[in-house]
Amino acid sequence: RATPHSPPSAGSVRRSHTEPAEDGYAGERDGGRRLYPGHIPTSPLQKALLATGSALVALYDPYRHDMVAVLGETTGCLVLPNLRDKMRNDPEGSRILQERPRIRLSTLDVEGLRWLPDGTLGREYLRFLEDNKVSPDTRMPAKFVDDEELAYVIQRYREVHDLMHTLLGMPTNMLGEVVVKWFEAIQTGLPMCVLGAAFGPVRLNARKLQVLATELIPWAIRSGRSANCILNIYYEQRWEQTVASLREEIGIFPPP
Amino acid sequence: ARGLAANKETHFGFQTVSEEEKGEKVYQVFENVAKKYDIMNDSMSLGIHRVWKDVLLYKMNPSPGILLLDVAGGTGDIAFRFIDYVRSVRERQLRRKLKHHQNLSWQEIADSYQAEAVKPLGDSQVVVCDINKEMLKVGRQKAQHLGYSEGLSWVVGNAEELPFGDEKFDVYTIAFGIRNVTHIDLALQEAYRVLKPGGRFLCLEFSQVNNPLLARLYDLYSFQIIPVLGEIIAGDWKSYQYLVESIRRFPPQEEFKAMIEDAGFLKVDYLNLTSGIVAIHSGFKL
Repeated sequence: RATPHSPPSAGSVRRSHTEPAEDGYAGERDGGRRLYPGHIPTSPLQKALLATGSALVALYDPYRHDMVAVLGETTGCLVLPNLRDKMRNDPEGSRILQERPRIRLSTLDVEGLRWLPDGTLGREYLRFLEDNKVSPDTRMPAKFVDDEELAYVIQRYREVHDLMHTLLGMPTNMLGEVVVKWFEAIQTGLPMCVLGAAFGPVRLNARKLQVLATELIPWAIRSGRSANCILNIYYEQRWEQTVASLREEIGIFPPP
Repeated sequence: ARGLAANKETHFGFQTVSEEEKGEKVYQVFENVAKKYDIMNDSMSLGIHRVWKDVLLYKMNPSPGILLLDVAGGTGDIAFRFIDYVRSVRERQLRRKLKHHQNLSWQEIADSYQAEAVKPLGDSQVVVCDINKEMLKVGRQKAQHLGYSEGLSWVVGNAEELPFGDEKFDVYTIAFGIRNVTHIDLALQEAYRVLKPGGRFLCLEFSQVNNPLLARLYDLYSFQIIPVLGEIIAGDWKSYQYLVESIRRFPPQEEFKAMIEDAGFLKVDYLNLTSGIVAIHSGFKL
């Protein structure tokens, strides 16, 4: 719960009225309420406003990735603990929670991945990044999650998203993103994924909608249901594994 | 005893930082927000900031020939208003002149139209000075887009150490800028220095709300809504958090009035707008 705070008395504090007592505004304090670097504590009202605002902006301009991220953080509070527990209850998942790996260009051995044979996770992931001209470093760090471990969980989800594209074989165009969102919605239950899955198709033309509805979504749902929790896979230790075998292991059906 | 201690501290919003750091941090804030500055102003103040700036011009009541220095003028809002105001005053002047000379020859009438075309501002000029290059860039682009070219110049400069000679300007304005200056007293002294005798100092700045109920609502709005707007519109919570905090750090009306008097200005007065959410302070170098 937000607590009041008065400004530090550096030199002359020339103020004739006092700070608001219980509005719980978010300020940058000397370490007090910030739980991790980049954390911005927010009151419930602010979270509600952020959720609404970011939803509207994300709908209006899907390329505002920062708004999609904010939506995820502000609406995920109920679901993130479940995800974290799923990770804790799985040996590989709990290792991830402990070791906190991050997928970054600086930590990836890009050249090493390039030399892997085709069809392996590492090679296909690299191909995906290069073909779609994306980088794992553009993922926004979590700001509005009020728990340090949960902030990592959502961070991991974001960084694993590109690997989802690779495993599902979906490109980063609108159609591909919607399919991945459907899969993620079933898998994680994050409201942001559900919203993205429900509203994403609004921007597609009729032909794509048909393909989506008849083939892609049913496949995504089936895979999402049958698959193990995608956050429980330590991808960084499986670059040499083939995509096909990883799919089988997790329970994802081959893409149509 | 300014400048004796190596790490003299000051405030950056509600944080405590060294004086050096404050300048850098403020620069970064405005670098980040420059492109969304105008749209954020409209959103946060629901467009009311335009009225405040209009009132500033109304108080200034410039006539053609006036030289204005607009400090921290960034995106040009005051400068453009100044040009519009002077232009319309000049048009009225010329029209009045025409009306009074009923027996002019056609040549003389044509000449006066020429005069209006050649000197639409009547030698007035405004220099927009800002420490932040990004803000100036946005201002220049706006000027081009809106068609302002004459009588306008853009200069990079620090309010605490202006790159101008003594006694050069008739009016000095600083709108929503002085709050961000590390040493307000130095900025006021510089204002005094560059003004001609008889010149006027005008400052439009956030101030203290005098109505307790409104103050509560204003605080609630400032701290709950504004950073959220900053995040949604500009993708930048922290800069707008700084903004609302810096407003509370700024001295109230009477105290600021005293500071202006300390710099040597006379007939210092202030006008509260919107119950004191902003105030226009005015002083003369006599």
